[in-house]
Amino acid sequence: MTISMEELITVRNLKKYFPLQKGLIDNLLAKEKRFVRAVDGVSFTIQKGEVLGLVGESGCGKTTTGRLILRLLEPTSGEMLYHGTPLSSYSTVGMAGMRKKMQIIFQDPYASLSPRMSIGKAVSHPLAIHTDYDKAERKEICIQIMEKVGLTPASFLYRKYPHQLSGGQRQRVVIARALVTRPEFVVADEPIAMADVSVRALILELMGQLKEELDLTYLFITHDLATCKYICDRVAIMYLGKIVEIGSLDKVFKNPIHPYTATLLAAVPVPDPKFRRTEPIPTGEIPSAINPPPGCSFHPRCHFAKPECRINDPDLVAVDSDHQVACPVRSVSQS
Amino acid sequence: MENILEIENLSVHFPINIGTVRAVNRVSLKIKQGEVMGLVGESGCGKSTLGFSILRLLRPPGKIVEGKIVYHGKDIVKMNQHELLSLRGKKIAMIFQDPLTSLNPLFRIDQQFIETLETHEKGIGRKEAFKRAESMLESLGIAPERLLEYPHQMSGGMRQRIMIGMGLILNPDFLIADEPTTALDVIVEAQFLDLLNDLRKQFNLTIILITHNLGNVAQLADRITVMYGGSIAEVGAANEIFEEPLHPYTQGLLASIPNIKLDQPKLETMPGSPPDLVDPPAGCVFHPRCPRAMDVCRNERPEMIAKNGHLVSCWLYG
Repeated sequence: MTISMEELITVRNLKKYFPLQKGLIDNLLAKEKRFVRAVDGVSFTIQKGEVLGLVGESGCGKTTTGRLILRLLEPTSGEMLYHGTPLSSYSTVGMAGMRKKMQIIFQDPYASLSPRMSIGKAVSHPLAIHTDYDKAERKEICIQIMEKVGLTPASFLYRKYPHQLSGGQRQRVVIARALVTRPEFVVADEPIAMADVSVRALILELMGQLKEELDLTYLFITHDLATCKYICDRVAIMYLGKIVEIGSLDKVFKNPIHPYTATLLAAVPVPDPKFRRTEPIPTGEIPSAINPPPGCSFHPRCHFAKPECRINDPDLVAVDSDHQVACPVRSVSQS
Repeated sequence: MENILEIENLSVHFPINIGTVRAVNRVSLKIKQGEVMGLVGESGCGKSTLGFSILRLLRPPGKIVEGKIVYHGKDIVKMNQHELLSLRGKKIAMIFQDPLTSLNPLFRIDQQFIETLETHEKGIGRKEAFKRAESMLESLGIAPERLLEYPHQMSGGMRQRIMIGMGLILNPDFLIADEPTTALDVIVEAQFLDLLNDLRKQFNLTIILITHNLGNVAQLADRITVMYGGSIAEVGAANEIFEEPLHPYTQGLLASIPNIKLDQPKLETMPGSPPDLVDPPAGCVFHPRCPRAMDVCRNERPEMIAKNGHLVSCWLYG
């Protein structure tokens, strides 16, 4: 693995609040505008050549974070740097040019491919937008990348339409389309969640292999910790719009300090009866991101919660090299 | 242990415009009283169709074309509508993947419980029915006051618990759970599996747990049935299936899933994709993807044979 110490992506205090629609009565009563705090002050860096896993349950803000980095959504506040240059400094046109370098693989290969566009057209479409290659050159590059992702025979599949392909092949098409402009950075948003069990391993292996061959950096968004363990170098755990723990995969998985991380890890159903879980799982579910609990947002479900957890919102604090945790209670008992 | 359900040579076909989908193809399976049977396979392997056939809830054009489903000595395939109505819910309950579409959004939870009870237990008073619903919510770990709420006021995990309560309110002895945790997040999923395990003891249930998640069956099932392309590949005790899988499909499947407890430098991959059930491959349905396929596999369909305490349908052992 080649991780140079060059920061490719830097995210500083990123926030995205989605305003809630107000009803007529709320307007008449001049009620305060309410927001869903989807992403609420997230900071991290991704080194070139690294795979950062962004893990959390549905609604924690992981997908929104991925889209913010590509500026598919505009942030409420905060900064994203790419090779040290703020992405907010690019104009709409400039940002469109950047998209050649920053791509996304979507979760649902059924929804993200146009049923009326042939595979060849879909995969070469980004080239038509971002490059000056002529039609023949585009086809050649397209066939190359299709072969690389295992869409063979490529010249045969080139003319096919999405409905003629299997689910696994469709996901490969989505990957090929993301990689055809030779990006440096790829946001992979649950790339295997929709795939069949026997196809998942193939897609994961392929993504690992492509990363090495094409020198890619991934932000790998997933809810599945086992997948994350397989492909990621570092991992960030999100809860209600905030990162509660971040660090190298080994440290976070072998020595989880935040109680939420520990719970998540314990809850993963292990595919082996030898590892039947015996420890109890805390009750309750993720609270609403509209009115998140004050203080640490995990405190209502936390076994270790102290009175101050209800008041102070903890920041990420380093507990080790490349291991930061937003839980003063557990971090102290560790050291 | 006595068999509560015996499926014999069951085939289910869906005639559609481009041909006939052979969703379930001559499947035989015995379920023992009190066990949790994990029914595992990928999408389209026929696991849900098999579950729906047991309650004769197949959607048209799906049809049972041959075989028997014997429950407590009676063949469900031959039952008339009247007998089916007293079977569904009362004897065999089923819960589905998506709890939001399975609950009526216009009725409060208590009304939905009471309706079920009044339909099946004629003469039960409203008060009595409400009491039964209250005690059911307690078994599910939900505060009884929440009976007065509507489904949209509840979280996903709570709705799925309500669904299972709705299934169990008539005291069935058999539960078919079709991907019950697929719509749930990992922590809620673990909570639900714990609940299922408690309820199983409390209500003396036999459960068929249909899922594509091998983690879930490993955590809960006593025995496992692996399905592929409308047929059963292998049946065996859960720990044996995981420890020593015999069928190449089971082996491939187990080696291809990331396991959080293990260090896996490389995952095994299975080339190809699941078969087209309109025109399934001749012989063994798995042979085009099988690393150990022989000539006989391409021509003849393997029968289920007993081997090391498993049942396996593979020519390697026959």
